[in-house]
Amino acid sequence: PIPSSLSAGETSVLAGLYGPAEAKLSKELPDRAALEVLLRPKVGLPGVLERSREQQLRQTCEAVVLGVLHPRTAITLVLQVVSDAGSLLSCCLNAACMGLLDAGLPLSSLFCGVTCALGPDGTITLDPTARQEQEARAVLTFAIDSSERKVLMATTKGSCSVEEMQQCLVMAQRAADTIFQFYRDSLHRRYSKS
Amino acid sequence: VGQVVLPGDLLLLPAHYSEDAEGERLRLSTGAAPVGRLLCGPGLRRSGAGLLVTKCGLLRHRPAGPGAYWVDSQQKRYVPVKGDHVIGIVTAKAGDVFKLDVGGSELASLSYLAFEGATKRNRPNVQVGDLIYGQFLVANKDMEPEMVCIDSGGKSSGMGIIGQDGFLFKVSLGLIRKLLAPKCEIIQELSQLYPFELVLGMNGRIWVKAKTVQQTLIIVNILEACEYMTAEQRRQALAKLSGN
Repeated sequence: PIPSSLSAGETSVLAGLYGPAEAKLSKELPDRAALEVLLRPKVGLPGVLERSREQQLRQTCEAVVLGVLHPRTAITLVLQVVSDAGSLLSCCLNAACMGLLDAGLPLSSLFCGVTCALGPDGTITLDPTARQEQEARAVLTFAIDSSERKVLMATTKGSCSVEEMQQCLVMAQRAADTIFQFYRDSLHRRYSKS
Repeated sequence: VGQVVLPGDLLLLPAHYSEDAEGERLRLSTGAAPVGRLLCGPGLRRSGAGLLVTKCGLLRHRPAGPGAYWVDSQQKRYVPVKGDHVIGIVTAKAGDVFKLDVGGSELASLSYLAFEGATKRNRPNVQVGDLIYGQFLVANKDMEPEMVCIDSGGKSSGMGIIGQDGFLFKVSLGLIRKLLAPKCEIIQELSQLYPFELVLGMNGRIWVKAKTVQQTLIIVNILEACEYMTAEQRRQALAKLSGN
């Protein structure tokens, strides 16, 4: 198991990756790896919200992990929320990507998560805090891939117009560059030590 | 070459340099285009115009023979590869075949006839829980891996059941590759400390046996710590130990 921890501001998520390991007969797929994501909240048992987040994360990861290289195996990603101060889903996405990188699984590209909050007056805030998320009219989270800055996943909470969504998307794509540069820098540091 | 690459980076092949002037694509080599075949090693996949990086790590190049490019990545999980020498633990005997745990996603199988000098009457004495050093005969993503303890000439050349006592522990695959490099400093410095027996498996497992239990444990601790220590710190630690 390979743990890696990612904190953005006050929000912190610990990601542990297990795999490719032996899969149960009921879960194994004949041509690709079976990816499973488990999201554990800070307090309490995982509920319906965690289950829906797990499915979103799973679909994002499946688009990026080259599962065809490991058929009939199971890859398990466990995310533990250490502290939550807003933008939790994008922090989980970034932690998941770093966990996949750390474990050495074959990936076709990287991805990152960015959250935008649309204020009641139309101002767009990136990586909002919990308070900004509550006051906002809509909170959008995008998962953006590294090769062509395409959108892998988009989630909206609240209501917004199509133009506002496009504006948020453009801002998120620009912010994604900063995050990918952060990945590159931290990996440079890691490999320069050995 | 020699830089850290991330999954998603596209490396241009020399034949396509002129077509793509700028962008995210990195050039493979700044000199003249190499001629002949190019081997694509672990961490790289052919995709259209170039090589797609699939693992993060340092990009390495071997110009000799068929030129090869590969990514040196740090990993702890082992994926069976044909021809690799590994240490396996016997978990079950199923008729004529032993099932070995090699640290991958599936159990590997080892036939009782795959030992030097083994015949149907003269079976090797292998029990559940024994350690076996062998190499992979068949190892691909679609089939169950198979191991043998003889090489292509029928000789065992060091493979087979590993003896009693000793200590088995697991390290990352990068450390094993470093230890297996010719003229490895760590092994030379350790051998000046105590005499010991060492078996390195490409699946991250190391088996050590020295004269006393204490010496064995000291060697185990040094090998585990070698991953994170620089050469200087290692020499200091060894100097302290040999002084005691």
